[in-house]
Amino acid sequence: MFELIWQGLLETLYMTIVSTLLAYVIGLPLGVVMVVTDKDGIYPLVTLNKILGVIINLVRSIPFLILLIAVLPFTRFVVGTTIGSTATIVPLVIGAAPFIARLVEASIKEVDKGVIEAAQSMGATPFQIIYKVMIPEAKPSLIVGSAIAITTILSYSAMAGIVGGGGLGDIAIRYGYYRYQNDIMLVTVAILVLIVQAFQEIGMKLAKINDKRN
Amino acid sequence: MTDRTIIKIKNLSKSFVSKNGTVTALENINIDIKQGEIFGIIGMSGAGKSTLVRCINFLERPTSGTVIFDGKDLSLLSKKELERVRQSMGMIFQQFNLLMQRTVIANVCFPLEIAKVPKKEALKRAYELLEVVGLADKAKAYPAQLSGGQKQRVAIARALATNPKILLCDEATSALDPSTTRSILALLKDINKKMGITIVIITHEMSVIEDICQRVAIIDNSRIAEIGAVEEVFTRPKSQTARKFVFPEGKRIDRFVSNRCCRIIFDGLSSFEPVIANMVLECKEVVNIIFADTKNIDGKAVGQIVIQLPEKELAAQKILNYLKAKGLTVEEVHNYV
Repeated sequence: MFELIWQGLLETLYMTIVSTLLAYVIGLPLGVVMVVTDKDGIYPLVTLNKILGVIINLVRSIPFLILLIAVLPFTRFVVGTTIGSTATIVPLVIGAAPFIARLVEASIKEVDKGVIEAAQSMGATPFQIIYKVMIPEAKPSLIVGSAIAITTILSYSAMAGIVGGGGLGDIAIRYGYYRYQNDIMLVTVAILVLIVQAFQEIGMKLAKINDKRN
Repeated sequence: MTDRTIIKIKNLSKSFVSKNGTVTALENINIDIKQGEIFGIIGMSGAGKSTLVRCINFLERPTSGTVIFDGKDLSLLSKKELERVRQSMGMIFQQFNLLMQRTVIANVCFPLEIAKVPKKEALKRAYELLEVVGLADKAKAYPAQLSGGQKQRVAIARALATNPKILLCDEATSALDPSTTRSILALLKDINKKMGITIVIITHEMSVIEDICQRVAIIDNSRIAEIGAVEEVFTRPKSQTARKFVFPEGKRIDRFVSNRCCRIIFDGLSSFEPVIANMVLECKEVVNIIFADTKNIDGKAVGQIVIQLPEKELAAQKILNYLKAKGLTVEEVHNYV
């Protein structure tokens, strides 16, 4: 049993971390674009902004369980299979990227408008403003956001157990739910709780260390 | 100050379109700012002065008219060219607008990074500037650890980093206490003198203009009410708005309703004694001088003054008694006015 749970734990961490990273690769630029192209942004492109906004809301409104099943053909196309933890990464990234885009958007919108104006007064290009002002100034808030993102992705990954997605959620469903092995169910849930706690704590600590405002 | 115009604001107007229609912020503004001068722009809040300073570096694009900076018409420049021109225009703000996640020295290096100055050179320049503003020992501190005055000094060092030709100050001292304000103004004056940089100051405080500006434009209701040398505007304000700034409290003296006047004849009292002033101080009653014709002849005051007495009988009596006690000839004249 220990072997089994250890294996599940590694799979869960693998799925969560890789999915979070990949989801940020899409979500971070998307969130930045949402802020920058806003009608009051530093490079207003209102139509693009509206279209992206609708797409983000659309994907976000699909329940994850349904998304998981709906993208199965795409998952097979990308990974070659629909079972196992690597296959689960595909729906996790698709489901989490728009959510992350919104988190990033909220963090960057917190950056003082005056500081951005100061950068503009120095002749900074929009691109320089993004990577020299917006992202560094929003860093503590972005880190808090990433703690929220990773814990949310962790709980989504557990859901993937229903389609044989691997990881602790899979174990909980197969052994705990289908075979009524309550002890295994309890242990897996307890481990998931601990992981969420750990990610959240680490995120908050990192945010605090990185915040120079106080 | 030279005769060369560095900033020419030409027929500049700016309006904003909002839900409730078009709001005019500036209307037909024309100002020539000379190289090397400290030019003040004063106005009540909402007069449009902050919009005006943002139009100078095109942070706000004018609706019509233009700004000619150092011979270049800013409205004709491409985005890229405009970004380059802004590197020769420094700006400081009421809220300092420092990067909170960067150290003081990294803040001063920031505009140099934007201008793609090599890092080593940038650091050297940044340390020199921190020396100028007197904060070399705070290089490694974060803005949150500094006082308001120190933050503004960092902002000044930052604004000067790229060796700009002008420095725009948007209410730069409005968030500071009076003594810090004075020290920041002294620093600006010093920079103007030593570096020859043209400074444009936006403020709502007359004392700031008095302290360091050579010329001033008064903005009221989106237009320029008056423009000229500071002494000129201060001693002979022509517009209503200028008067409001020069005599801020609008000290209104209650009008005398009394018709009771008296003539004081001076025939040899020492002209060194300020009779009327002393009388007002001692009696603690005000009088209105209606007519005066006195001469100083060999140290003696000769002539007459007609004053209007307070309406209250007691007060009037007090004044009459005081004057008589001084040995002056006093006679009441009725309906003088």
